[in-house]
Amino acid sequence: MAAAAFYDLEGTLVSTNLVHTLGFYARNEPGLLRSLKKSASTLLSLPMFAITDQYSRKVFNDLYFKRYKGVKEDRLRFLADDLFFSVLKPAVFPGAYELLEKSRSLGLRQVVVTGALDVSVKPLMEHLGIQEYVANRLEFVNGVATGRLLPPVMAAATKASWIRVYAEREGLSLSDSYAYTDSMSDLPMLSIVGHPAAINPDMRLRQTALHHDWPILNLK
Amino acid sequence: MKPETSNVKLMALQLRRKTHESVVYIDRDSAPRIMPSGEDFILEDLPIGTRVLYPNAPIKGLPNREAAIRYALNHPHECDPLFAQLEPGMRVTIAVDDISLPLPPMATPDIRQSVLEIVLDMLSGHGVDDVHIIIANSLHRKMTEWEMKRMVGSKIFDEYYPDRYYNHDAEWADGLIKLGETKHKEPLTLNRRAAESDLLIYVNINLVPMDGGHKSVAVGLCDYESLRAHHEPQTIRDSDSYMDPARSELNHKVHRLGKIVDEQLNVFHIETAINNRMYKGDMDFLLRNEDDFTAFDRMKFEAMRYTMSKMPRPARRKLLHSRPAQYEMIACHAGKTEPVHEKIIAKAFDQYAIPVRGQCDILITGIPDISPYNVYSILNPLLVQVMGLGYHFNFYRNKPLLKKGGVLIVHHPCYDEFDHKFHPSYIEFFNRLLPETRDAFVLRDKYEQEFANNPSYIEMYRRGNAYHGAHPFFMWYWGENGRQHVGKVIAAGAENAHVPAMLGWDRADNLTEAIAMARSFMGSSAEITMLHQPIIGIADME
Repeated sequence: MAAAAFYDLEGTLVSTNLVHTLGFYARNEPGLLRSLKKSASTLLSLPMFAITDQYSRKVFNDLYFKRYKGVKEDRLRFLADDLFFSVLKPAVFPGAYELLEKSRSLGLRQVVVTGALDVSVKPLMEHLGIQEYVANRLEFVNGVATGRLLPPVMAAATKASWIRVYAEREGLSLSDSYAYTDSMSDLPMLSIVGHPAAINPDMRLRQTALHHDWPILNLK
Repeated sequence: MKPETSNVKLMALQLRRKTHESVVYIDRDSAPRIMPSGEDFILEDLPIGTRVLYPNAPIKGLPNREAAIRYALNHPHECDPLFAQLEPGMRVTIAVDDISLPLPPMATPDIRQSVLEIVLDMLSGHGVDDVHIIIANSLHRKMTEWEMKRMVGSKIFDEYYPDRYYNHDAEWADGLIKLGETKHKEPLTLNRRAAESDLLIYVNINLVPMDGGHKSVAVGLCDYESLRAHHEPQTIRDSDSYMDPARSELNHKVHRLGKIVDEQLNVFHIETAINNRMYKGDMDFLLRNEDDFTAFDRMKFEAMRYTMSKMPRPARRKLLHSRPAQYEMIACHAGKTEPVHEKIIAKAFDQYAIPVRGQCDILITGIPDISPYNVYSILNPLLVQVMGLGYHFNFYRNKPLLKKGGVLIVHHPCYDEFDHKFHPSYIEFFNRLLPETRDAFVLRDKYEQEFANNPSYIEMYRRGNAYHGAHPFFMWYWGENGRQHVGKVIAAGAENAHVPAMLGWDRADNLTEAIAMARSFMGSSAEITMLHQPIIGIADME
């Protein structure tokens, strides 16, 4: 039976996280004053992001994506390539290429399941040769972001349920599939496959991985 | 004198009769024996008549190690001296044994450091600058930076690490090259840098007769596909034993691969033999007959035991791993692989061979916290298995020390602990595969390649310090001829029931109970032999 390798993206295959992306967009706001203002407010939000991420990924997402309110869709698409070349591409872990190559050589379908924005990650997916990926989508009204996400919101248990549905639809064996992530919030995703692994894990996921005897990889 | 008393005395005299310095029989007034059991040392009274094999007395080390190395380089076997093979601008690779040799890691300076200092000096003097030093770790874990520095000394490390001093990577496709295959279709793919060098110098330390020879290059620098051709259950079953090169199918297969190496590469082999002075000074009593202990020896043992009893297991482990071995070099030969290895093996048997007459029904061996695969790490259940049924069982020449169908008693706590960094694939092997089957052939056919190709394990091997995903399988195969030979294995002192059960062993609380169980299986007159651990010795069976 066919199988797949499911990857989280940020912190797993690349060293950046969602806040780097937000910071990049803030820096690239049109006009010096707006750019400074947006960058400063992003910077000030960091402690709040850190705390809410520890508490709940859903709450984090609610707060985080509100920062995109008012941003135009065409601007996000316009900056996507710049974001890729200046932020994402240099941040790909050296071991990520090896891991993907080995995994691909085994005939596993390569699927990225990320909480990042679909427009931001598209160039990176092309660079990594990944055709199948699911990411979060901002809601736009008349081409302007509302700060809300369209369902399904890719985080925590939603990733796991998306994978389950996807595997069923595609005829994939989850017992023979692999999952890789760096964050404790993705524990459900690790729990539903036969070969879970933690990559550069945070402290909580490291403890969980040790407890469950899962492999712990360092792709740096 | 009553006849019974006379008989007892006569028997006692016979028992006291020494056939060899290293063979001791337990009598009524014999002292209890020290037995390692993991990180602990226990004192056990053995049944009268038990035969105990001790390591031979260490052969005196060569007085001037550097001079012996220089002599070997300048008087090689069946080839020109090293200096005569050197030309300015040539490409040279030096491969060295990894941390699995010797055991425990030896006191600094390591023999490899001594050899490298002399060889690198010679290379530099002849205008050879393109030099790489590669650790021939094969599918073993890669050595850490600290271990690499300790092995070669800071001067060489600072000059060569990391660009020109590194671990072999058996999973780096671009760094490997296929040399061909034997007529038995055994493939050989080797490290590209080593294979494409004008000269490959191999620096070996020979600890047991299985080491060295063609195994150094053909195994130490190969890839998984090459290794699985001979690291498989049937080869191990056909090796009687793998510590006896002449009767080892494993050795024969490696020898065939070595022929390919010799045809295509210019290898200058430097092999060294060491004595068995594992400890000296404060721990030397561990290698001696307890009947000969002085009061000071007993005091040292009691002090050690008391101290260790107050320490948690990780601290005991740390303490034991911090004690370097005091091995001394007893021979060094250089030149073509085969003649060099022949000389070194002869010297190794001089050190290790213990003449033994008669097999035993029950073989007892404590499992110390020393193995090639747990340096600075945990002796997990699979490694306990490989030490008992693999290494210790195979320490024989001609025929096994234990009779066919006999009982092997291993003494170890058999704790269910694994090192996540070094042995990740062992954990899955033990918990997922062994409950399904212990059949080595089924395991190989059904699961070996899945583990070998698991991307997580490959990354952990390549970028971390993990043993290759296939390594736990090799550990299981390594115990295959022991497993086929013994009638029963009893884990004495096992602190849980499930680990021995998973390994297919019986369990006993202590040695006394284990011996009683073994006697009920083999008969009350069963002959008992104990390997006095730690021992590196080969029972040379008559």
